[in-house]
Amino acid sequence: MKDKKPIATWRRRAALAGYLFILPNVLGFLIFTSLPVLASLLLSLCKWDLLSDPEWVGLKNFGVLIRDTDFWKYVGNTLFLMMAIPVSIILSLFLAVVLNQKLRGMVLFRALFFLPSITAGIGTMLLWMWLLNPEFGVINEVLRNIYEVLAWLPEKVGWQWAAWKDIHPRWLGDQNWSKPALIMMGLWGSMGGMNMILYLAALQGVPPELYEAAKMDGAGAWQRFWKITWPMVSPTTFFIFVMGIIGGFQAGFQSAHIMTNGGPAGSTTTISYYIYNNAYQWFKMGYAASIAWFLFLIVLALTLFNWRVSQKLVHYG
Amino acid sequence: MDKSLKHLRQRSPVRLSTVVTYVFLTALAVTMVFPFVWMLRTAFISPEHVSVSMDKVGFWRWLVPPSFPEGKNFVEAVESVSFGRAYINTIIVAGCVTLGQVFTSSLAAFAFARLKFPGRDKLFMAYLATMMIPGSVTMIPVFILTTKMPLYLDAAIAWLTGSNPAIFSQSYYMFHNTYMGRPVGPDSYFALIAPAMFTAYGTFLLRQFFMSIEKDYEEAARIDGASTWGIYWRIMMPLSRPALATLAIFTFMGSWRAYLWPLIVTYTEEIMTLPILIRSFQSTHGGAVTTKWTLMMAASILHIIPLLVAFVIGQKYFIRGVRIGGIKG
Repeated sequence: MKDKKPIATWRRRAALAGYLFILPNVLGFLIFTSLPVLASLLLSLCKWDLLSDPEWVGLKNFGVLIRDTDFWKYVGNTLFLMMAIPVSIILSLFLAVVLNQKLRGMVLFRALFFLPSITAGIGTMLLWMWLLNPEFGVINEVLRNIYEVLAWLPEKVGWQWAAWKDIHPRWLGDQNWSKPALIMMGLWGSMGGMNMILYLAALQGVPPELYEAAKMDGAGAWQRFWKITWPMVSPTTFFIFVMGIIGGFQAGFQSAHIMTNGGPAGSTTTISYYIYNNAYQWFKMGYAASIAWFLFLIVLALTLFNWRVSQKLVHYG
Repeated sequence: MDKSLKHLRQRSPVRLSTVVTYVFLTALAVTMVFPFVWMLRTAFISPEHVSVSMDKVGFWRWLVPPSFPEGKNFVEAVESVSFGRAYINTIIVAGCVTLGQVFTSSLAAFAFARLKFPGRDKLFMAYLATMMIPGSVTMIPVFILTTKMPLYLDAAIAWLTGSNPAIFSQSYYMFHNTYMGRPVGPDSYFALIAPAMFTAYGTFLLRQFFMSIEKDYEEAARIDGASTWGIYWRIMMPLSRPALATLAIFTFMGSWRAYLWPLIVTYTEEIMTLPILIRSFQSTHGGAVTTKWTLMMAASILHIIPLLVAFVIGQKYFIRGVRIGGIKG
């Protein structure tokens, strides 16, 4: 018994040190993360405009949400914008494969392609508003000139290309073109970004002997890609894809707020912009919390799916 | 490649695939970088050249109009709103968030990685679990807490002392007339900084790094009589400089471009951070017809420059951080 006492004291002191070290972060964690999660769950069962007292309404918010046609439209917008994710992944992988060659100047190209993701934020969004400007924007200016060049010969011969030459989208001002415009901006921002870096890292992990052996067996570049590269980077692809989807459900607030105000005709309002409007513009705190929880459940399902599948992937990856 | 073979390689003819690669990459790089060229060009021309089209003046006059370059747009952009103040605010906020996050995360990460105490692993699991919660879920209650905080704190003081001097719900000024906002609540530096200072992600990142540091160093230090604090401060922190730099650069850049939270907790120009000020600047200068694109692009460049500088300084750590993020899944 006499021997045990100092050990117990030492343990108690070590535990005390542990708690002290962790205290600042845990306090912040409690106040700004874990308690708010519970609070927002309670909030989603209430009706509250911050001025009067909160009113308990039970699951009514969720009932309203399911029948809210605007909400489902915005879910549709969010899903539409997420179509950029597979395209972006394919482009990133393609770029990574090209940049992975042992040639001079690849570092420079990598830096240039990475530029849009470093500068992302309000600056590049204003820039794209200007590029997409229907009257004086560069994109339509370039389109006009491409049409001129394309139509030159047919018009000499006497063909009418008038219908063709009329396609000058009003981009952010047209509800059919606003989402494609945002997707275009998104691809510019993401194709040379984080995903490309992840792919480059994955490609560097592929043993070169595999390629040499395949070459000796007479496999072409296309075959080498599908039989070696693609399977070897598949865990990375899966990770990027799932992270992209999780991020995609929560995306679109900033571009909607800065570039389009969610319009025209609600065509660029995403789930996150709808939450913002409900919570901080219309002060429907309870309803906003219920949408946020709906979003949370989607992300939770995706994360669990991710865990299950990636545990299987680990075995061969 | 073997040294003796090097001269052979140099003499070999340029392969077609190499040429195709370079042509493709150059074309793509021009397309990717062109928007930035256009941004610079617009920021330096005088407003009347903004609406000139290519076929009227020819390609080169269109790309580089006369009277180029002018710096007037920058001056006008900076002078039209409290731009300098917003710049200082953003530096203060991003700096405090970065320092605070690196400090509190490293303390917690050290405890998670090296100290033994009851409930440690359960707590760490709780941290991990919260990493997937969407920000919009927690933001609403934190916003409500922020709005109500001055009232609650004043009420608490009134209850304790019996008088209500309204310390927390009034605004403060420094150096004659410099508006400093409230101590807490909306329109305060506290609201901009505190909620952004604690993330599970930072703790997780540093804990993984601390786990990889060999235990020999700290055992030797313990034998020499070092305290727990001494081990954290003199051994773990210096050894994990790369990881700290990674976290710092991510946090700084994230804070520099933070948008939603600063948007909902600032009302007056004096407390706004740069993105929010530029956005309000956009609504004053951006009517449907009369948008002052020259000013907007000048403002955008001023927002982007620090991001570029931060990236250039910490490029190595930034790329490493992206890769660590990849291992996480």
